[in-house]
Amino acid sequence: MNLLLCLLCIMLIPLAAAGLALIHQGLGRSRSAAHAMLGALCALGIAAIVFAMIGFSWAGFAGGAAHSFAAGSVRWDWLGAGQFFPNGFGADAMDVASYRKSLTLCLEMFAAGLAATIPLSGGSDRWRLAPACIASAMLAGFLFPLFAHWVWAAGWLAQLGANFGISGFVDAGGAGVVQVVGGLMAVSVVWISGPRRGKFAADGMPAAIPGHNIVQVLFGCILALVGWIGLDSASSILFYGAGPEKVVWIVINAMLSASAGCLAALVVTRARYKKPDASISANGWIAGLVAGSAACAFVTPVAAVDTGIVAGVLVTYMIEIAELRLQADDPGGAVSVHAGAGLWGLIAVGLFGHFADGTRAGHLLAQFVGVAALLGFMLPLIYCANLLLNRVMPYRVDNDGDWQGMDVRELGAGAYPEFVVHADEFVPR
Amino acid sequence: MRLIGCLLLLSGFFLVLSALVMFPAPLMRFPFVGAGLGVEVIGVGLLTRANTLMQKEQK
Repeated sequence: MNLLLCLLCIMLIPLAAAGLALIHQGLGRSRSAAHAMLGALCALGIAAIVFAMIGFSWAGFAGGAAHSFAAGSVRWDWLGAGQFFPNGFGADAMDVASYRKSLTLCLEMFAAGLAATIPLSGGSDRWRLAPACIASAMLAGFLFPLFAHWVWAAGWLAQLGANFGISGFVDAGGAGVVQVVGGLMAVSVVWISGPRRGKFAADGMPAAIPGHNIVQVLFGCILALVGWIGLDSASSILFYGAGPEKVVWIVINAMLSASAGCLAALVVTRARYKKPDASISANGWIAGLVAGSAACAFVTPVAAVDTGIVAGVLVTYMIEIAELRLQADDPGGAVSVHAGAGLWGLIAVGLFGHFADGTRAGHLLAQFVGVAALLGFMLPLIYCANLLLNRVMPYRVDNDGDWQGMDVRELGAGAYPEFVVHADEFVPR
Repeated sequence: MRLIGCLLLLSGFFLVLSALVMFPAPLMRFPFVGAGLGVEVIGVGLLTRANTLMQKEQK
């Protein structure tokens, strides 16, 4: 019953990727809209193939073969050691263990695809399709499986409780495994590809380059909600043993944290700019979903609302600081929404989570160790991998492409051929 | 600067790990884990600064 429910929830996850793709292309320029959507489709497809063929053997599953080493009288389980190119281990439907493995592969395949769509937002309007595809393969083939193994396959982070007497690191809906890993990839892409031409003046003042279709952005938020409910529920059932009675609360918590994030961003932008900002409110909605996913199965609805409110406010300020102070051009706000809100969500597990065992201090400490692993190990690893890839295949489109738009430059035709094109859009500023 | 930023991130991470291994008492672990996270934040700041400076040079 639980595993069937899990399969149904897994089938909703692609809607989260569809929602994110719509949000990313809507927040980008119209001249790169088709490129953004094709990029998302390619990222999903490549991530699925590479993860199923290679990545899953490294991600592994609880109780499966793993690489480990001993240090400080503790066994550190750091990477899965399953076979490459799985040949179908779910043929016998009565074998529950095999069915669980198949479900794990299915869930993580979609989750890897979702993580791969996140950096496309950071590189919107300038990241070439070919390196974006290779980067997706890199993410799904090694970077995502590495952290997924640590958290979801009884790796060293999940075993913190058994090895160090605190509590295991908890990430029920993938706030760290999917969102922060994708967000850190987005940070690297933003740093490496640099800002769009005309985004920053010589004195560093940013120019507003508004998204071209806010209706699609807001529709994407609704689609993402459905997908997130699927991801939160499926991973909670599969990795944390949540039953059907808990899934109802996971759905309620997801809706509450998204709503709180959106409304918080709406109120903050209304208070600061006199009118609510639709694109930042949409980012607040996604930030609420991201932050709420870590603790979705372990918090009360009130705590889910609190998590969402903090995420919504945090994102509003992070987007502004990134643009005004750090001169980082992140058109879709991926870094703030996925990395920033994701890290907050992981800490919120320790602050608000209700667990059968362990102390609050122990849980909080475990969550801090997980955050330290993401920032201290995954960020330099992801950044260096992207720097190397950029050496082989330059990320950024050439100057002509910058002004023509990615659609014409890379695909040969625009997304909206019947639209009137304003000549000044092609004049360098 | 980028290299130093990356090394600081790794140092912070290993500081956190050594806190887990070396101190059995939770009260001792918290300050060391906090210090490790602090080093990581400095590393992130340095990486950000390095990339901002590089963008300005490219202009």
